[in-house]
Amino acid sequence: MILQALEEECSGCLACELVCSLVLFKELNPRKAAIRIRGEFPAPGAYRIACCDQCGDCAAACPHQAIYRKASGYWIDPDKCRLPCTLCADACPRDAIFFHADVPHAIKCVSCGQCVRYCPTRALVDKDGKVENMAPVWRNAR
Amino acid sequence: MMPGGYWNAILRVDLDRGAHWITSTGEALARGYIGGRGFAARLLYDELVPGTDPFGPDNPVVVAPGPMTGVFMPNTGKVTFAARSPATGLYGDSNMGGHFGLAVRMAGYDALVIRGRASEPSVLVIDDGRVRLLPAGDLWGLGSFDAEVRLKEKLGEDFQVAVIGPAGENRVVFACISHDFGRQAGRTGVGAVLGSKNIKAIAVRGTRSLPVANPRRVMQVGQRLFRHIFSLPGTASWTPYGTAGVTTLINEVGALPTENFRRGTHDHWQELTGETLRRRILVRDKGCTACAIPCGKYSRARLDGTERYVEGPEYESMALLGSNLGMARLEEVAHLNWLCDQLGLDAISAGAVASFAVEAFERGLITRQDTDGRKLAFGDYESLAWLMEQIAYRRGVGDLLAGGVRHAAQALGGGSDAYAIHVKGLEVSGYEPRNTLAMLLSYMTCDIGAHHNRAWAILHDIEVGRYKVEGKAEKVIELQHLRPVYDMLCVCRFPWIEVGFGTEHYAEMLSAVTGEPVTWEHLTHLAERVWNITRLMAIRDRPGFGRADDLPPRRFYEEPVEGGPAHGHHADLADIQRLLDRYYQLRGWDENGHPKPETLERLEIGPPAFARRPAGAG
Repeated sequence: MILQALEEECSGCLACELVCSLVLFKELNPRKAAIRIRGEFPAPGAYRIACCDQCGDCAAACPHQAIYRKASGYWIDPDKCRLPCTLCADACPRDAIFFHADVPHAIKCVSCGQCVRYCPTRALVDKDGKVENMAPVWRNAR
Repeated sequence: MMPGGYWNAILRVDLDRGAHWITSTGEALARGYIGGRGFAARLLYDELVPGTDPFGPDNPVVVAPGPMTGVFMPNTGKVTFAARSPATGLYGDSNMGGHFGLAVRMAGYDALVIRGRASEPSVLVIDDGRVRLLPAGDLWGLGSFDAEVRLKEKLGEDFQVAVIGPAGENRVVFACISHDFGRQAGRTGVGAVLGSKNIKAIAVRGTRSLPVANPRRVMQVGQRLFRHIFSLPGTASWTPYGTAGVTTLINEVGALPTENFRRGTHDHWQELTGETLRRRILVRDKGCTACAIPCGKYSRARLDGTERYVEGPEYESMALLGSNLGMARLEEVAHLNWLCDQLGLDAISAGAVASFAVEAFERGLITRQDTDGRKLAFGDYESLAWLMEQIAYRRGVGDLLAGGVRHAAQALGGGSDAYAIHVKGLEVSGYEPRNTLAMLLSYMTCDIGAHHNRAWAILHDIEVGRYKVEGKAEKVIELQHLRPVYDMLCVCRFPWIEVGFGTEHYAEMLSAVTGEPVTWEHLTHLAERVWNITRLMAIRDRPGFGRADDLPPRRFYEEPVEGGPAHGHHADLADIQRLLDRYYQLRGWDENGHPKPETLERLEIGPPAFARRPAGAG
């Protein structure tokens, strides 16, 4: 799965952040998610989505070989990750590496597809077309 | 042992002393009142001493999310703000979406209770366990949008902000609290209570994981219920238009408040529909936390060369700032909506107050001398926008109107109480009810004053017959027991009422969070308790409170509606009295609307905490 964000479709509901933190940590905590929604209000009234497309730049930049290739994308090995090194985040072209005071390693998308499945406005899609959006299509209504 | 879903921590803030501390939530409050509105009602019942001035330092502001707030399940974005209302003098609350409730929970609190008065304009900053007062002299006087922008620049984007506008600072009794550039806790004037405490804003940042008993179960239930709500036909048909999708129907049945509730149909109703909004001014759909059906219609409207961004107008604003003010253009309604949001006025009450002022002008009680020579008229954007500013800054005639229509009618006299459209001091929201008796009873008996969402009964009227009396009290009570469940859990009611997501899911949802079995029937039993506790507060807080306070404005039973399907009809006072008799009987209240001792015993309410300890203690 390759995650792609369609920012113009996002409603800012944070369902993606919530399900992501459940997948990664079995916790409900948007600040531990590997995806981040940021509003730009009042003007232009837009949401920016920071998410990972598995480009691998972080793996190339990691001096500890803590980011490795799996079939679904690049994963972080928590045992090898050495904070406060943040070279992965510096290398990330999408600002999609995250940190949390209670988490002893960088937080990164594992390409599970849950955010795609449960995004209520289909603002997150799988470029490969393998993960299905569960939400109905209604945005073209006029 | 505390159930899951709670921190067992209520943050207490004493602004007089600049102190803060934590008290435990306790099992009794958690199990007996769940959260949100339930917490607010019980905490105020226990701690609000009768006779407290709504603008006095001892009026506590309760901010309460619920155990479901921010959980990965459909539509969990709510939080309740409550205090003694300056509009009604009674218990008041208003709930708000966005992400503020989630932030409060992530900061580690089940609720906030704010008392006292800060020595200077301040922002209450809650950053996980760090609580401080930030001087806000630079923010005082700013509009809500500007203050929210400024605070986020100052503190960081990751703070969630609840802010008041000039109306709250100036203690307009229907001042709202605003958040996320378009969400408001609008009703009952809690924004003015914050203003009286010198609090311009509450800014919260939380980094903690929500306390849930069983995260795996939460994920499973959440996934299943998201898939379920996605599959409902109503999700795809309702969501594009949000609440303003209902305008067409409400106009058709003659319940669209028009020109201060003289009419129930509006010639320009097509300007006020969700369809028109979507076609003409929509920028994007905007949702609260975990919202599956984003009703927020964030818009950009141009009027005479000025462009405004505003969330909405949603249905209530379409009705009170649109048809009820005789407006003929969506863009003008959107700009009035923006103005109310920026000034920090509840759009419902502000619209109702303005329509009262226009009628009083027509009848010569307000004159050009009061309006700097302006004519106040329905459909006249310029004069109405001017009036909103006068109200928010309490200038001239605006000072009179800033007390709400009940207050204004008392001051103006001249029979103006006949068209002061309120119940208990709170202006009637967006449904013209004199030909829909269940909706009328719903407004009459609503604990906070005339607010529609405690029991949205109008569809029942249309289904069974508008003027039918039998069965209406039963229906209103059923709805009044259903609705607090949503407000206690702090979840949105639209999945249920608008897209057909059944009530049967909520016990399972709560259970996954608390780790304890619960039934829907039990939750509605707790809702009945909440309904009675706010009634008890009204009786104890206002000497003489009773049946007369439940009567609707005279217009609804003395003046026939003009035009529309119910043309020439009005409600009958004898029917209204029969409805009240039946309602009180079913509730276990006496003929004056006071809960009987056996009712209170059945609901296990008990005496308030302040009555159980010596005065001045604790």
